[in-house]
Formats: sequence, C-alpha cells, structure tokens
Amino acid sequence: MVSRATPAGQWGAKTMTVTLKRVVNNFLLKDFITGFTLGMKYFFKPKYTINYPHEKGELSPRFRGEHALRRYPNGEERCIACKLCEAICPAQAITIDAEPREDGSRRTTRYDIDMTKCIYCGFCQEACPVDAIVEGPNFEYATETREELFYNKEKLLANGARWEAEIARNIELDAPYR
Amino acid sequence: MSDLKKIVIDDQEVEVAGAMTILQAAEVAGIEIPRFCYHERLTIAGNCRMCLVEVVGGPPKPAASCAMQVRDLRPGPEGQPPIVKTKSPMVKKAREGVMEFMLLNHPLDCPICDQGGECDLQDQAMAYGVDFSRSREAKRSVEDLDLGPLVSTTMTRCISCTRCVRFTSEIAGITVMGQTGRGEDAEIATYLNCTLDSNLQGNIIDLCPVGALTSKPYAFSARPWELKKTETIDVMDALGSNIRVDTKGREVMRIVPRNHDGINEEWISDKTRFIWDGLRSQRLDKPYVRVDGKLTPTTWAEAFAAIKIVSKGKKVAAIAGDLASTEAMYALKGMIDGNVECRVDGAYLPIGDRSGYVGTATIEDIDTAQAIMLIGTNPRLESPVLNARIRKAWLNGAKIGVVGEAADLTYEYFHLGDGREGLMKIADGSGLDEVGKNTVVIIGQGALAGKDGEAVLSQAKRFTIVTESKFMVLHTAAARVGGMDIGFSTEGGMINALDKAEVIYNLGADEMDIDAGPFVIYQGSHGDRGAHRADVILPAAAYTEESGIFVNTEGRPQMAQRAGFAPGDARENWAILRALSAELGTALPYNSLNELRAAMFKDFPHLAAIDEVPVNAWKAAAPKKLGSGSFTNAVTNFYQTNPIARASSVMAAMAQLAASQKPMAAE
Repeated sequence: MVSRATPAGQWGAKTMTVTLKRVVNNFLLKDFITGFTLGMKYFFKPKYTINYPHEKGELSPRFRGEHALRRYPNGEERCIACKLCEAICPAQAITIDAEPREDGSRRTTRYDIDMTKCIYCGFCQEACPVDAIVEGPNFEYATETREELFYNKEKLLANGARWEAEIARNIELDAPYR
Repeated sequence: MSDLKKIVIDDQEVEVAGAMTILQAAEVAGIEIPRFCYHERLTIAGNCRMCLVEVVGGPPKPAASCAMQVRDLRPGPEGQPPIVKTKSPMVKKAREGVMEFMLLNHPLDCPICDQGGECDLQDQAMAYGVDFSRSREAKRSVEDLDLGPLVSTTMTRCISCTRCVRFTSEIAGITVMGQTGRGEDAEIATYLNCTLDSNLQGNIIDLCPVGALTSKPYAFSARPWELKKTETIDVMDALGSNIRVDTKGREVMRIVPRNHDGINEEWISDKTRFIWDGLRSQRLDKPYVRVDGKLTPTTWAEAFAAIKIVSKGKKVAAIAGDLASTEAMYALKGMIDGNVECRVDGAYLPIGDRSGYVGTATIEDIDTAQAIMLIGTNPRLESPVLNARIRKAWLNGAKIGVVGEAADLTYEYFHLGDGREGLMKIADGSGLDEVGKNTVVIIGQGALAGKDGEAVLSQAKRFTIVTESKFMVLHTAAARVGGMDIGFSTEGGMINALDKAEVIYNLGADEMDIDAGPFVIYQGSHGDRGAHRADVILPAAAYTEESGIFVNTEGRPQMAQRAGFAPGDARENWAILRALSAELGTALPYNSLNELRAAMFKDFPHLAAIDEVPVNAWKAAAPKKLGSGSFTNAVTNFYQTNPIARASSVMAAMAQLAASQKPMAAE
C-alpha cells in the first residue's frame, strides 16, 4: 500500500523498490501461501493435543495420583500400622487405628485418607517402610460429592488391587534413582 | 558428705561425693552420657557399655562411667583433679562401636514395634551411632517369653541390659527372671518359664530401653507422638501415685508413672497402670430413674425432678465412696442437711484427730526407718508401691514386724501374732527386742475395721509412744483421708449416719450394701453395686475426667487433672451437685470449680498446700481393751477393689490368674 502521508519530494529509488516488492507480493498471494503452508504443515504434523478421554498422555513413574494400599503377592496386606504416614502428612489427611490381628500381627483396623485435605505431596509414600501406601498413576477419580473423597481402607485396598500392575512397574522404574 | 572429690568433666569442674560414679557426676555437671543398663533406682550392672568415657591419665581404654566411682580416679601428677572426657574422638569411636554391636542382632522392626518413637535405642542410635551397617550376617532370633496377660515380649529385640531382671529381683522381690547363656546366646528367661507373679510387673515395660517388653493391653493401639499427655494422680490405692494419663481423642490409651520421690518414686502398680480399659466399659452415660422396679434412662431434668419430689421433707443422709474427690464430698456435704459418712468399710478413724486417721509418718520416713511394724495390713495388696518401699528399707537393714495375717510380702519379717493377742503382746513394748527402735508403725484398715477398731487404734498408738516411733495409717481408698479432712463423717460411723435415713445420697460408694428401704440416689461413673441398688442414677465423671484434690495416705493433698471428657451425658461430680442443689432450693454458693475450691480452702486451709504433707499434732488415746481374734486384711482380691477395676477386662483376667495360682504361702 502506498503511504499517502509520504511527502511527494521524498520519492526515490529505495522507495520504489519497496513499493514494487509489495505489489509483487500482493499479486502472488505470498502472505496467504505462507500462512496456508504453515497451517498445512501442522495439519500433517503429529498432534500435540490428545483426544482426552479416549487417549491419554504419558505419565512419569513418579506421578503422584490417587492413593492406593498395596498387598504382597501372596495377598497379605503390606500396611503394618506404623503410622509414619500419619505422622508425616502435612495436611493431616490420614487417620489410622490399629490393633493386633487374630494372629498377633500389627495391622490397621482403620485407614482413612481425606482426599479433600490431601495435597499430593507424596510424603506418605516416602515415609512408608513397606511400600504400602503409594500414590498411583490414577488421576481420574473426580466425584460428585465430597463424601466420596473420604477414602477408607477398603477403598484404598481396592485401588491397590486395581492399579497394582502399574504401581509395581512405576516402583521398579524409579528404583534406580532411590 | 565428707568424701567430696573434685573432678573435671569436659572442662567443667564439679565437686561431688567420692562414692558417686562418673555418670552421676556428669549428671550433676549437666552433661548427658548415653546409657542403657544403668538406672538410678537399680543396682549397677555395667553390661551395656554405652556409657564409655575417656579418663585422662587412666588406662588407655575407655571406662564404663556408670561403674567407675569418682574416688577411684587417679589425680594428676601435681594433685590436679582427674579429667574425664565425654566428647573426645575416643569416646565417639567407642560409642559408635558399642552401638554397632547393639544393632548387630537388633531387628530393624521399629515400624511394628510399640516402643517406636520413645525408644532409647532409636534415639541413641540417631545421636551416637553411625548411619550404615557393616554387618551382612544373619541376625539372631530368640524365642519369646510368656510373662502373663500384661507384658508382651519380643525377645529378639532384647539388648541384654538386664534392667528387668534387676527390677523384678530387687524392687518387686520376685526372683523369677534371669539371664542365661553368653555372648550371642545370652537370653533373658524366667525360671521354669513361669509368668510373673507380681503386681508391680508393669514397671518393666517402662524400664525396658528397647521394645523387648511392651504393654500387652496397649499393643499397637497408639504411637507416643499422637497421645495427649496429662499429668495427674492415681486413685486406685491411697498412695496417690503420680501418673501421666495418655489420651487419644477422648479415650485413655495408657497410664504411665511420673517420678515423685516422696510417694511412688517412679513405680506404679499394675492396677494403676492397666486400669484404663475399665474406663471404657460399664459406664453410666445417662441418668436413670427406677420406674416400676426397673431402671429406665431419662434426662437430667427428670432425674432431678424425681429427686426433688422424693427428698422433700425427708431425712437425707450422704455417703461417699473410695474414688470421690474432696471437692465432690465438700459440695455434697454443703448440700445435704443430714448425716454424712465416708468410712464405708467400717474402719475406725477418729474424727478430727489427724494423727489418728493419717498418722505422723511420711512415706519417705520408711526409707530411713530401722524397723517397720505392720499391723493388720498386707501392703503388697493394699499398696504395692509402698510395699516396694518397705522392701527397700528391709534391703537396707530395717527389721520388719507383722501383726496380722501372714503373707508373702517379698521380704522377711518377724511374725508377732495373727491379731489382737499379738498386738496386746507388743503394745507395751515387750516385743521390742525383736523389732527395734526408730520404728514406723503402719496400721491397715483391716485392723481398724473390727468392732473394737477404736481399741486397736489406741493400742497401736500406745505401741507408737512406747517405741517413740512414727505412726502411719495405711488407707485403701484414695478418697478416705480427704473425706475425713473435710469432716465427711458422723460420730459412730456408718450405722449412725444411715440411722433412720429415708433418702441416701450415694456418691460412688460401691463397696458396701445398702439395706432395702431408703430411697437411694447414686452418683458415680460405673454401673456397679451402688448403681444396682439405686433408685436414681446420676452419671458422673471418673477420676481421669475431672480435676479434683485427693489426699493420700500420708495426708498429702494432690491435684488430679482432667485428661479427657466423660462419656455421654455424664458430668463432673461437683457440677452435678451444684445443679441439683439449685433444683432443690438452695443453690451452693459457688459457680465454678475454682470458687468451690476457694470456699473449701477457706474452711480447710491445709488442702490448699498441694503436694505438702502437713505435720499432724500427736493426740494420745487412752488404751482401750481389745477384743479377740485375728485381723483380716482389707484387700484380698487386689485386682477388683473398685468399680473401675471390676469393669476392666484386664483386671478380670489378672484376678482370675491370681485366683488360679496358689494362695501366697506364709513365710
């Protein structure tokens, strides 16, 4: 576009070149083609976005998601009610009651996590001497009511059963760095 | 002491008695030396080696500071005081080495160990140990002992400090524990695998520096860091042991002793320690009124209304039981316009004569006594911690005489007769050659409970005067001295107090039967004998749930504190009485516990001096003629003496165990 504000006396060779360039560019639709090429380039490139509920991104083995209580391969629950997770929990989200089980071993009778209090710091997992409480890879546990987020031992053990394969894999992957 | 020696510990000069050990001298200087086997109330064993220190100029190896006396240290070449170092590289290396040896066979099961969080080994491993292990060998494992229903054992954790062995044989006086084997095979064992037959056995739980001996009823139920700790007073016996009640939420999780040199040192009896499960069961948590012969739950307002209707214009009497606080009795006495009585066991305690119902001796006097005369009492059952103190005096050379039932008291004694004949024989001082002078005379409630209780007391006092000794009445109930102090008594005892009473206000008296007839209002914490006989039940707080003053058997007022809240509708004792008094017409003139106390202290100033033993003026009693027969001890079933104990399943198990074992044989 020619600037109408440009004083007539200043027309020179340089101005002419710029003007000519613009005219040519406009005629050859350069801006359009550049934009279109870029669009096409990304159109054919692999996508950065994923089709979220159907596709999921990759998670680090250290991802701290929903809690789970694990069991040993023989089915024995790992948690021994040492209460270290309860002690370390900065949000005081964990509540544990314990008593001797029939066979005399130390077990929890109650293991509650208030997921609304939890800040997902992962200290419980760090504190656990037997890898019982872990923050697993699951992050899709939004609920409709608050009450559903008050997890009890049953729920946590069910989580453990459900996610054991992934959790075990993650622990194995992270083991060299611990 | 004449034998004072100077010693330099870590550049700090202190002057201590030569008989003291380096460890004790370091304590005087405020320097901490780690230890496992050393305990100030037990003999020195010197087997853990954790207390090694460097003695400059001594042999070129570290010395066990718990076993090395200051007077044995060699002074410098020019007579300078000996120098001891506790922070030198040699000491550091020695401690690390000892700690490594300890942990060689100690399982790393802290997460499942009840001692975790309050473990000496944990703490000292953190402070003085190294952070790695060079040991790749398998650890030893040891079979556990069965020590009965109170102490649970995990002997693999044992570090062989032998504190438990020394406690049971020295303090508790039962020689059933010992150590067998050497080196890695060293194990603590009991003789023929028998269980512990002592009512002080719980103390080995506190003594054990690791988790080898832990409390069975408390097993796995809480961690020390989540417990709220309240320092209070025990009411299971009249000793008034200083205790710490640990609560989680509103529930008492455990009870442990506090140190009080004048009372319980740092021991408590098993009843004191394991009573807490009785605080959870059989509780009265709402008011009841008897309708058509059946107790039915009701509200406070209706219960008060029922009392108001019944008691109008009637002759009211009040009795107070063994666990009532002094404040509650004071409020009850202020509310009732009639006879009051606290001597539910019928023992003769002279009203107004503190030298007669408390005595002149303090518990600490037992330590220095050359002779102790026990009249109609079995202190092992009536006050086990006091018995341990008598045993300590016996170990130090005191002679013990017993008039009354012979029993195994864990020490040797001269048995001077079964009862009144025996007392008569010694009362004029003729039995002195066997007992000796500088005596403490301890008379039990069993001796005073007979019809001739006054005569027994007078003869015991006569003996006291003849031998110029000190006198102590050993009570069985925590409330009794407080009740006598505030005059909660009627001339002539219980029979006179309840004579023609139409309404009886029963403040937690469960150790007596009330005849059919009068209307009974029961105020207490547990559904026991008193509540069964009651027509109206007012639920009240137990001793851990309200603050109250208790005067112990030597006359020392102590204040118990509230550790938790009473269950359900139950309220504090004084508050119930205050509310009821307003309902009945004349409100008691105080609106808070502090105001009540202020009023009580005004009437009875000695109660205000908490933890001080007032000196009681001696009041002579004219010797009266004794009846005949032997004394029966006040306590026969140690584990079931009060409603809280009867509600406790642990105490029931212990009582059953005690009954199944042979009765204690006479010496």
